[in-house]
Amino acid sequence: MNRREAIAAVGWVLGGTLVSAELLVSCTSKPARVNDLFDEAQVIFLDEVGETILPATSTPGAKAANVGAFMAVMVQDCYKKEDQQVFLDGLKKLDEASEKKFNKGFLKLDTGQRTTLLRELDEEQKAYMASKQPEEPSHYFRMMKELTMLGFFSSEVGATQALRYIETPGKYDGCMDYKKGDRAWAT
Amino acid sequence: MADNVYDAIVIGSGISGGWAAKELTEKGLKTIMLERGRNIEHVKDYVNAQKHPWDFPHRGGRTQEMIENYPVLKRDYPLNETNLDFWVNEQESPYTETKRFDWFRGYQVGGRSLMWGRQSYRLAEIDFEANAKEGIAVDWPIRYKDIAPWYSYVEKFAGISGSKEGIPHLPDGEFMPPMEMNCVEKDVAARIKAHYKGERHMIIGRVANITQPTQNRANCQYRSKCWLGCPFGSYFSTQSSTLPAAMATGNLTLRPFSIVTRILYDKDTRKAKGVEVLDAETNQTYEYFAKIVFLNASTLNSTWVLMNSATDVWEGGLGSSSGVLGHNLMDHHFRVGASGRAEGYDDKYYFGRRPNGIYIPRFRNVNGDKRDYIRGFGYQGGAGRSGWGREIAEMSIGGDLKDALCEPGDWSMGITAFGEILPYHENKVSLNHSKKDKWGLPVLDIDCELKENELKMRKDMGEDAKEILENAGIKDVKIFNAGYAVGQGIHEMGTARMGRDPKTSVLNEWNQVWDAKNVYVTDGAAMTSGGCQNPSLTYMALTARAVDHAVSELKKQNL
Repeated sequence: MNRREAIAAVGWVLGGTLVSAELLVSCTSKPARVNDLFDEAQVIFLDEVGETILPATSTPGAKAANVGAFMAVMVQDCYKKEDQQVFLDGLKKLDEASEKKFNKGFLKLDTGQRTTLLRELDEEQKAYMASKQPEEPSHYFRMMKELTMLGFFSSEVGATQALRYIETPGKYDGCMDYKKGDRAWAT
Repeated sequence: MADNVYDAIVIGSGISGGWAAKELTEKGLKTIMLERGRNIEHVKDYVNAQKHPWDFPHRGGRTQEMIENYPVLKRDYPLNETNLDFWVNEQESPYTETKRFDWFRGYQVGGRSLMWGRQSYRLAEIDFEANAKEGIAVDWPIRYKDIAPWYSYVEKFAGISGSKEGIPHLPDGEFMPPMEMNCVEKDVAARIKAHYKGERHMIIGRVANITQPTQNRANCQYRSKCWLGCPFGSYFSTQSSTLPAAMATGNLTLRPFSIVTRILYDKDTRKAKGVEVLDAETNQTYEYFAKIVFLNASTLNSTWVLMNSATDVWEGGLGSSSGVLGHNLMDHHFRVGASGRAEGYDDKYYFGRRPNGIYIPRFRNVNGDKRDYIRGFGYQGGAGRSGWGREIAEMSIGGDLKDALCEPGDWSMGITAFGEILPYHENKVSLNHSKKDKWGLPVLDIDCELKENELKMRKDMGEDAKEILENAGIKDVKIFNAGYAVGQGIHEMGTARMGRDPKTSVLNEWNQVWDAKNVYVTDGAAMTSGGCQNPSLTYMALTARAVDHAVSELKKQNL
């Protein structure tokens, strides 16, 4: 399954503005699969993790770029088996951390709680990454953060709305004026 | 004329093969260009050139399946999702490594002219003299003055943008207007000039991207997606430049899927009479005949063809009577340099993606400088502002992180050295009959390594980079050494070198095989030494020069 198919598979969920992702998860006993490794519930979960990492501000956030579906494709196609397992276990670990801190699953947290939790996990991954051996796998939250950033900033939404993108510049100016707040080039 | 008889045969359709075809056909010779891979039609077959980053499912990255299928390509940046089809199928065309050698190949019409780095520099007098002066390998049979007019000739047609600098060891050429440095690069260049009092220079890269329209080609659009194939024809490739010119003569036949298995050698005339071709699709064998054969299969494959030819006369193949066929393999060693932060330009940015960087020409062992190694290196690099991938130490996750990453980060400037590798007899390729490719043909075995001269040079390559950047006002400069495996430069050179003596060289001063004067080898295989400059421009010049010679000899009935 390619990325477009993966997105199409969850499109009805993402398009449904009245039905919250959380509700869908709770009343779907057996979510449909998105690919060999992920089901729709996990994609929705990853969208929310991504949105907490890169939320909508004055510009759209990670969920608008479908980072959950992107992560599912990347982990399935590009990750080594060992890393896939770390990532999949990470979904559970993240939810467990949420239960432990707030007595609620991640999807039931409000935005502030989600941010608090993921900031802690980010500290955890930074400490882990600094001390791990090079051959050891990355921390699961490091993977989620990296994939969220890649998935968002290289998406159409991220590149054209959060960043600036011109497919064919046509000229080069090596010394353009810049003022704080001007957006970076996507490529 | 029978349909398998031509005036000239060109083996290979990359940078040098395309030039051979253009020159031969423009001089009126009916020519067939044989290419082992599939056809790639200009523009039409650049299937990814108009895609956006988000159109690639893995955003240009590599999947586990790709990693498994490309055990060599995966060793460096070429393995990627955006132009995978331009790289050789490694399952079909394996090779063996006595020592690790990263051989990154492109088997299609246009060869690696589609994906090349396009940096285009002339070799200088010191490069052609070096072997003789230092007693290394053998002397080049030509000097700068012999090739200078041919550099001019090919530059004018290929379209090289660059600046004239008057540096004797990096001769000026026939340039289109140079691309622009960005403000940090301009500042660094000025500071280098002032600090080193004109002994070291930083110039804009000389690159085969045109800055003015020419032929049917538009000037560079600053997309920096060259290696996907350029729909504007803005960089030099076989497809954008030499092939249309050759086709326009009406004298060219292009035959893809044509693996040349050997040159047909006639013992009586002591010349080649043609070539044997294995059709890569049908496995049928064909013969083509011609008065002249140009061998431009890319450095190592040209040598492979020679080794497979005339083995009934010489066990080691055509050109092996020299004792050096397959020997003196070279590349350029790199992946050492330095980078740091540039201050004071927060109010400056750039528009457009310049497919080119800066160049710092060689300064070691020139102008009276003397090191504990011989030869030298040049630097390539550039300055830019960091993007969304940067670490922002004080930020974790959330809206502040996102908004901060949507603005450009600090300016940084980095340079990477490209150094000369000496032509060592022990660095070699040979036929490995115990392993066969998809078509049952023996594969090449490569046995090549760096030696003391290169390892000493690498120390300077890092330390000098740091010193230059610090003297140019760059802050927090750090040396990097990413490690280098021979071949990674994708500048394979040597293995059928030019020389003055048939006992120690495969080719003479006109790139003719000593043992078959109507066979010309004008790709990287011909190189007697490597210099530290990107070599493709030299192949173009050698090719145009050799065709001029071949046609003139043909007219005099000397071939």
